[in-house]
Amino acid sequence: MATRLAKTDVVIVGMGATGGVAALPLTNAGLKVIGLEAGGWLSPRDFAPDELRNGSRNWPQSIQKAAQEAPTVRPSSDKESKQGGHPMMNAVGGTSMHYWAQSWRLNPWDFSVVTETRNRYGVDRIPSGSTVEDWPFGYDELEPYYEKIEYTVGVSGQAGNLQGKKISGGNIFEGERRRDYPMKPLRSSPFTTQMDTAARRLNWDPFQGPAAITTELFDGRPPCQYHGFCNKGGCHVQAKSSTAVTAIPKALDTGNLEVVTFARVTEIVVDDSGRVSGVNYLKGNESFFQPAEVVLLASYAYENVRLLQLSKSPAFPNGLANNSGQVGRHYFSHHQGAPVTALFERDLHNWYGLPAQGVAIDNWADDNFDHSQLNFIGGANLWVHTDRRPISAAKMSTFGKTSSAWGSDWKSFIMKNADRTNTAYIQKTTLPYESNFLDLDPVVKDSIGLPVTRITAQYHENEKRIAAYAQDKMEQWYKEAGAIEVIKHGLGHAMEASTHAYGGARMGLNAETNVVNQWGFAHEVPNLGVLGAAVMGTSGSRNPTLTAQALAWRTAEHLVSSWQSIAG
Amino acid sequence: MSEEDKTDKIAQDHLSDPSRRSLLKGAGLMGAAAVGAAATGNVIAADSPPKENSFKTSVHSEALEVLTAVEAETLESICDCLIPSDEDGPGAKEARAVHYIDKSLASHNLSVRQNYMISLSAINDFSREVGGDVFYRLDRQHQNSILEAVEANEVPGLVPSAADFFSMVRSHTIDGTFCDPYYGGNRNFVGWDLLRYPGIRLGASEADVLKGSRLAPTHKSAYDHDTYTKLAGDIDTSGASSVGGG
Repeated sequence: MATRLAKTDVVIVGMGATGGVAALPLTNAGLKVIGLEAGGWLSPRDFAPDELRNGSRNWPQSIQKAAQEAPTVRPSSDKESKQGGHPMMNAVGGTSMHYWAQSWRLNPWDFSVVTETRNRYGVDRIPSGSTVEDWPFGYDELEPYYEKIEYTVGVSGQAGNLQGKKISGGNIFEGERRRDYPMKPLRSSPFTTQMDTAARRLNWDPFQGPAAITTELFDGRPPCQYHGFCNKGGCHVQAKSSTAVTAIPKALDTGNLEVVTFARVTEIVVDDSGRVSGVNYLKGNESFFQPAEVVLLASYAYENVRLLQLSKSPAFPNGLANNSGQVGRHYFSHHQGAPVTALFERDLHNWYGLPAQGVAIDNWADDNFDHSQLNFIGGANLWVHTDRRPISAAKMSTFGKTSSAWGSDWKSFIMKNADRTNTAYIQKTTLPYESNFLDLDPVVKDSIGLPVTRITAQYHENEKRIAAYAQDKMEQWYKEAGAIEVIKHGLGHAMEASTHAYGGARMGLNAETNVVNQWGFAHEVPNLGVLGAAVMGTSGSRNPTLTAQALAWRTAEHLVSSWQSIAG
Repeated sequence: MSEEDKTDKIAQDHLSDPSRRSLLKGAGLMGAAAVGAAATGNVIAADSPPKENSFKTSVHSEALEVLTAVEAETLESICDCLIPSDEDGPGAKEARAVHYIDKSLASHNLSVRQNYMISLSAINDFSREVGGDVFYRLDRQHQNSILEAVEANEVPGLVPSAADFFSMVRSHTIDGTFCDPYYGGNRNFVGWDLLRYPGIRLGASEADVLKGSRLAPTHKSAYDHDTYTKLAGDIDTSGASSVGGG
């Protein structure tokens, strides 16, 4: 029998990148918030510069709740599903503890793909089978919230469009911003300068991308030390602006936030009137019911959707907020694959770099270029960065230059070329499709007997055409910078479990095609909010975290200003 | 104090005193992360002296935690073929990749322990058939041609397949040669020196980056830095053994 706890104003399920952010405006307004987190607290001492621990040993993710409920994956409904991995981690701060921390605003086009495409190219250019819709609001609505996050957690970068003024060195394609970043961008390096110079020779517009990483003393945290273990690693000096060292401590300072660690939420509970009354969770061997006026789901996209699908009741026999049948629909994994790898003649000086220190090209992203003669919409952000560590360096491609991948010739090759390769990270516009969705696996269960998520999804022609187009541009850039060999990898097929998972609880005005309204609250359940990329209907061609955080802040602020009507 | 010195100072404070704000309110340490290799049964001391090689690395302190002596000899020879000691310098043998793999089979590679047992045995069966002796007693040319056959998936009895086993051993040999020495490989930093990786630093200046591979190697494990040792010196260890909290 579950222990019934004292009622609170708001329960947030998950104290990660979005839940951690949402806690701050709520607690600042005096609301009592309980944050339920499946992981524990981590400290800088837990983040050793240890490639094996972060990569092969998969620490600390391997033993966690997320790992025990990894989704199964299949490309389409007629195929068998297989066990996938789970790319996220459980901890206070969530995956913002060890992510790459690239912190982009979406570009204005991403908010109105349907309208923009119809106006510029004709409605038949929307790929067939796609369920893409315009967002319920445009970039301008989210702009102040982007700014709040950039200044609250600490994002470094170079503005490219400050109050309408285009600034070379920043992203001239970005939406208009009211304020510059609070910190200068991460520093350049010999390699980023080499790539920047090459891009300028091509008449492209290179810029240093934004990062939730400090570059100067910020809010008591020291700047990035460039030690080289940022990839899948937390920060040893707290330069990475995880919510665990930014918004969450601030929310705790108000005295209105209680964080419950190692809490495994199993169900969102609904009362007779169809309103949410609280959540059930397990902690160790004990089970609890935490009543609340309002519940905000802030797990990762897969778990947000799964919790809705698992929470069946007489009012919602097909899962919570799912009488419309839209929970799990409009799912997509960001197309981040199909990379390009290059070999250079000289050392690149990348031993002490990080994934967020690099050069971006947005000339071929979104609708920043003319698609009239092309057979796709959207595009890709090209990103080269300075991350390198010894094990992964030794596992480099030999570009067909050695007869074998082992032995003396191979050894001689890696000795010479360990610091001479680079792999571009290319993020592409990815659309939702009717045939791509999340549901509960009929067979596979998690460690406590609940069904895991099943991903049924694959990339369509639009994504693959962008990939091929972007690879050609990337090859051109590398060669301009002096690369002597370039490899273009496969264009991608199945959408595996991803660090960039979108949809499943999409935001939109139409209650027949969307789960949450323009404020992030469920159309069918007024006191249930959903945070995170599960509500996002388009991806853009850049990392989702800052957008998810801006949306979370906006949802929380709306809850404060509409408390009477939402909490009832 | 200049602005730069000030931020350096703050960074240093954070490094040397993580119990400040960094631990956050009410956080408590997570306690010692269990990264040591778990002891298992089957521990057999390695006491056979190294044969026909010139490497100077001491193997006297190495127990075999998982592998049998014959398995270890076989694997050692495979590692030596993959990343050989040659005129370019030391390889997987000097790095003690086999010692790393043995320990890893009791911890993070536990799930493939059986693959190693069965596949190493199959490689020796094949060696006897084509070369008249176990793998590690054949000459290098024979060993290389057998490994080529394994890589080409032409040797029976390996799991999950000869090609997959080869690919896994190659990957683990690289892990053991280039990992942090804490895990039993990359002995004397021979792997990092081989790649001209200048080693673990808690920070790198622009001047460091400019020097790149020409920087003097630090020759330190991550765990030579007090910042990452499992218990801080100022913690009263009499009461610090309970794991968890939060």
